[in-house]
Amino acid sequence: MDTLRRHPLLAIALVLVALQAVLVAAAPWVSPYDPLQQDVLARLKGPSAAHWLGTDQFGRDVLSRIIHGCRASLGVSVVAVAAALAVGGTLGLLAAYYRGWTDRLLMRVMDVLFAFPVLLLAIGVVAVLGPRSETAAVAIAIVYTPVFARLLRGPALVVCESDYVAGARAVGASDGRIIFMHVLPNLMSVVLVQTSLLLSAAILVEASLSFLGLGTQPPTPSLGLMLSEGRNFLLLSPWSALFSGLAILVLAFGLNLLGDALRDTLDPRLRGQE
Amino acid sequence: MIGRLVAGRLLDLAVVLASVSVLVFFMIRLIPGDAVAIMLGANTEVTPERIAALRASIGLDQPIVLQYLGWVGRALRGDFGTSLWTGRPVIDEIAVHVWPTLQLTLLALAIGAGLAVPTGVLMARLRGRFADGLLRVVTVAGLTVPSFWLGIIMILALATWAPTIQALGYVPFSQDPLGNLGRLVLPATALALPILANLSRLVRSAMLDALGQDYIRTARAKGVGERGVLYRHALRNALIPYVTSVGIMTGYLLGGAIVVEQVFAIPGLGRLILGAVAERNYPLLQATILVVTCAVVLVNFLVDLVYLAIDPRVRA
Repeated sequence: MDTLRRHPLLAIALVLVALQAVLVAAAPWVSPYDPLQQDVLARLKGPSAAHWLGTDQFGRDVLSRIIHGCRASLGVSVVAVAAALAVGGTLGLLAAYYRGWTDRLLMRVMDVLFAFPVLLLAIGVVAVLGPRSETAAVAIAIVYTPVFARLLRGPALVVCESDYVAGARAVGASDGRIIFMHVLPNLMSVVLVQTSLLLSAAILVEASLSFLGLGTQPPTPSLGLMLSEGRNFLLLSPWSALFSGLAILVLAFGLNLLGDALRDTLDPRLRGQE
Repeated sequence: MIGRLVAGRLLDLAVVLASVSVLVFFMIRLIPGDAVAIMLGANTEVTPERIAALRASIGLDQPIVLQYLGWVGRALRGDFGTSLWTGRPVIDEIAVHVWPTLQLTLLALAIGAGLAVPTGVLMARLRGRFADGLLRVVTVAGLTVPSFWLGIIMILALATWAPTIQALGYVPFSQDPLGNLGRLVLPATALALPILANLSRLVRSAMLDALGQDYIRTARAKGVGERGVLYRHALRNALIPYVTSVGIMTGYLLGGAIVVEQVFAIPGLGRLILGAVAERNYPLLQATILVVTCAVVLVNFLVDLVYLAIDPRVRA
């Protein structure tokens, strides 16, 4: 509690992310309508008492679609970033622990993946696997795997040099045990901060892919897709496009602010670094 | 010393470029099922003759190593074959579409990176708990605002308040220089905002860092004026992380441009790539991804060299 009082931004970010998480988890119960339910008589309407954020071109409730869209976006992003953390993080730890050829080979491969512009690589992966929300998740996971590998390798190198790792080795702990029970726990602050920041970035990539028609497919509600569809009716009724974009911003903003505030709180030495 | 450093970087560059080409080459082979049938199925009836003809024209009937070497060899000479459905050389397709994207990217870079320095210096003057918090919230919002949404809002605002101004589409600079720039200002600004937020924050923290150093105290002690301290001493050192980040931004910008182009109906690489994905024109997609990625890698290599040139510590 004391930490939160000293870091009001962390408190704000935590509340914001927690609220989003609850809203997304409770989507089927809190959204006022079925996100797929059409009402041809109430198409492209502005905000009203019945439809707080208006309706889209099929008369579907924008608020309900946004709540479910957030759920889809966050779902894809969480799965993708978790996979990237598991694979990339492990590779980074292995590289730092074994050094030498393992390190050079693994990091070279990561460098190559890292060389591609994020969105371009994601589009390439989706082009190969076919546009679906699952492949968008795979694409985002591939894009962020080298990022996690690089981010964890550096601090892991320092930890691997420490006396307690040498001690663990001396008492005969296995490599796997040392890496995951001794090295990894010391990197938790880096993991937390970066996971939060990359989740925020992943939400923007997922929204971009869906916006381009390469992610979640209609009629499933998705923020990027709503924005793209709403664009066609911008002058008739901008509500769907405006609010879905705002929802993307709020989702990404909360997670990014959380990562930023966590960085300050967990490691004051990192303050001010990008 | 510096010669060895540059030679090392050159070797890294060659390895990365070669690996990128291998990865892009194998992309088409990773497609589940028969890529050739899928490519044909998107546009025409699939017959065994057509499959065999297309297979031969892409070179899929040769051993894989030969296929790769042939592909890279031709690519190095700028020959990416002909586009499957239009019959035009792929390199021409890329050449036509690259200009709007390049212009958009450079303009966005100029706006974002250009404004970031004065903004960052200005932000460094605002210090204290409240200012820190406020600036953080504002920059995080800038970092996370989706460019394509910002673009849509701009179009909406323009349509509402100034419907006579033509904001969509693209005219070549050679035809109508003012019309060209006029139409690119909005998409470039939308694209630039996250970069502005990112870089100005970086400049601010680097400035604050630099201002706390001993050489600043020395400069003040020998009577350098406040402006001199700020610009000649602090800023010069604060710019080092900034230059490195500008290189990383080009990759982000090119990706973002693909999306923003769609919003503003600009016929750039985004349209080419998305068209290639939609009609399953894999050779065109491969060529575009290869060219763009190599360009980004080269830019980052050049930025690395600049970094070597401006930071005396690296040279020592």
